Order: sequence, then C-alpha cells, then structure tokens
Amino acid sequence: MDSAVPKTVDLAAEYEASGVAEVLRELDEELIGLEPVKRRIRETAALLLVDRARRDMGLSHETPTLHMSFTGNPGTGKTTVALKMAGLLHRLGYVRKGHLVSVTRDDLVGQYIGHTAPKTKEVLKKAMGGVLFIDEAYYLYRPDNERDYGQEAIEILLQVMENNRDDLVVIMAGYADRMDKFFSANPGFRSRIAHHIEFPDYSDAELLRISERMLEEQNYVLSAGAALALKEYIDLRRKQPHFANARSIRNALDRARLRQANRLFQTAKGPLDAEQLSTIGEEDIRASRVFRGGLDVDRPAEGEKA
Amino acid sequence: MRITQGCFSFLPDLDDTQITAQVDYCLEKGWAIGIEYTDDPHPRNTYWEMWGNPMFDLRDAKGVMMELDDCRKAHGQSYIRLIAFHDERGFETVRMSFIVNRPDTEPTIHMQRTDTSGRAQSYAWDVRR
Repeated sequence: MDSAVPKTVDLAAEYEASGVAEVLRELDEELIGLEPVKRRIRETAALLLVDRARRDMGLSHETPTLHMSFTGNPGTGKTTVALKMAGLLHRLGYVRKGHLVSVTRDDLVGQYIGHTAPKTKEVLKKAMGGVLFIDEAYYLYRPDNERDYGQEAIEILLQVMENNRDDLVVIMAGYADRMDKFFSANPGFRSRIAHHIEFPDYSDAELLRISERMLEEQNYVLSAGAALALKEYIDLRRKQPHFANARSIRNALDRARLRQANRLFQTAKGPLDAEQLSTIGEEDIRASRVFRGGLDVDRPAEGEKA
Repeated sequence: MRITQGCFSFLPDLDDTQITAQVDYCLEKGWAIGIEYTDDPHPRNTYWEMWGNPMFDLRDAKGVMMELDDCRKAHGQSYIRLIAFHDERGFETVRMSFIVNRPDTEPTIHMQRTDTSGRAQSYAWDVRR
C-alpha cells in the first residue's frame, strides 16, 4: 500500500472512474425537483472524493463520519435518495457491499425485557457493509415512558455508530420538527451525524411531472382533459389532510387506473384498442372524492343509511 | 493433539482476515452462517452448542465476525467452528464447516482396544485432558 503513494491526483478522472458521476447523473435524471438535496449530495460526493484522494496520499487516516439525517415531509423521496446514497458510498468505497436495510422502530425495539438488544443487533448485523435506514427515527425515543425499551436500542445504535464507522452508515429519516426534538433529547446522535439533509416539498408543477413519469413507466397516458383535472387535483389535494407528496399522487393514479378499468369494463361494447386501454380520461380523475371536499366523503354522514 | 475436522484443519489456523474472506465466500453463495462451540472434540460429537441462531440474510462478514468475537470472549478455551448452511432444495445441509478457535492446550483423543469374543477386537475413543 504505502510503497506507491501517488504524487498527484486527477479529480475529474477519479470522478468518472469511481462511477460517482454515473450515480449523480441517475439522481438528476430519475428524481424530479429536490434541487437542494441534489446540491447537498453533490457536495458530499465531492467531499468524499477529495477525502479519498487525501487518504491515498497518506494525508488523512480517519474514516470521516458519514451518518446522515434526512428530514422532510412524507413522500418527498427520502427512501429513494437513501438507496442512491448507498450506491454512491459503495462506489466511493466507504461501504463494502452497498445494500440498504430499511427499518422502523418495530424492527429494532423488542416487546419485553431482554428482547431489544438481540433484535437491534440482528438488524445491525444485516446492515453491516451497507446502509441502515431508520425511518421515523424519533419513535425510538419515547420521553413519556422512561421504561421504554427504545432507549436500549438507541444506546446500542450509538455504540455501533461510533465503533463501526468503517462498517456501516446510518441514515435517520423523518419529519423535520420531530427529528429536531429527537436530536435535542439525544445529543449523542446530533454529534455523531455529520450530514443533515433537508427534503423540501414538491411544487405543483413537479408533482405533475412526477405523475407523468409514473404513468409513462406503466405505459399509460393522460388525455388532455385528464391532465387539466390532475393539475386541479394536486392543488386541491395539497390543502387536505394527510397529503404525502409523491406518495399521494401515486395512490391517486392507482385509483384512477382502477376507475378507468371499471369504466372500460362497464361501457365497452366492442373490441378495445391499445390506445383506449392505456388512456386515462378526465372522468377517471374527476370522480375522485378530493373534488368533493376530501376524505370524509367516503364515510356516510350521521343518520344516513350506508 | 491437534484436532482435525472440517475444512482447513490441516493448515495453520486461519487469522481473522482469512476467516472474513471465507465467510464472504459463503455469503456470496447465499449460505447462512452459524457459530457453534464445544469442549468435547470427539469425532462422534456431531452436534455442538449453538452460539445464537444461524445468521440468515447477512450481506457482509462483519456481522459474523462480531458474533465470533463475542463467542470467543465467552468461550475462549473451547473449540469454535463456523458452519455454512445451504438452504436450497436438494442440499438443505451444511456445505462447509471450519474450526476458528482452539483451546490453548488441546485434549488428546485416546484409543482403547478391547478383546471381545474369539479373536475379535473392538476400538473405542475417548477424549483425555
């Protein structure tokens, strides 16, 4: 190793050769919007690339802290980006295998005394050599119950995050405000997490592009009327409770496909061609309860017969 | 007396880097690794004590090595072996097994020859410390 210490480094060549460029290109192409996130990831990639070059030259020996926190509302692409991040870290050689293990509180915390430690360890063993993605990490910590087993999982996590920095990277994700509270209650995490990445909500235009992309992947097209209706839908849906960005849109499209299938089934007289089978019409979208004031409409009102 | 059973037992003991490489090979093949220990290396002692459950769904050898370190801490003066279980139909068995820890002084295996009826002889082995 130390016999051939390079004198110079060509960062651009390294950038291409390591495959990082490819991951970042994929990130740009596959993910719509999320500009601040992409910028942060590019910065992180640059930092890691330079750090690796420094290590090759013998200028630094420590593994940098790579644990991250992703904060943002539901459906803003945290898991998808985590997957890309795992690929990125793998290409750069910071994790050996580059797989993503996605867990929530249930996977880490046990139900009775002595159950938590083996469970957490089991998950950690599976995540070794890759990235451990803890969704809604703040559920680990329940301040109202001091005998909650979550604390035990937190302690094991902290220990592994410190001692096994070469072996695994932990990414914690969740809503911004609750993550802040979680970190202030567990200062150990804050100091061990170097990169805090904020995921913004999607704009209406971005959501529309996302929905087009989703339909394209499944070989569906929107009719002109349906595209307009979807635009209105996004605007209305955003104002209603439980809006989960891209996930809400995915569900809306799934339901629209269901309605389209039903419509075709009930109205079709003769044989259908490919275009009819893959066009989502305006009526398929307009039928959504979102246009009639929201989620409560499904449930029959008091006194009304179901 | 040096006990020889499983893979690599006629070679010098594997160090941790070599064990890691072997475990990575097993994981690549999709085998599940289990850790077992015993203080009785008799060849007829097939079933050793299990150190935890066999580890399925691992991707990296580090998880195994962590468990192995724990097991060594608790049973440093025992024999410890890693077994690689293959769950594919048709195999459903241990594909590979090798010793990764030995006590400082290994017991000897003593052979006892007994004359039985006629000129027949029978042999038995027992472990002596």
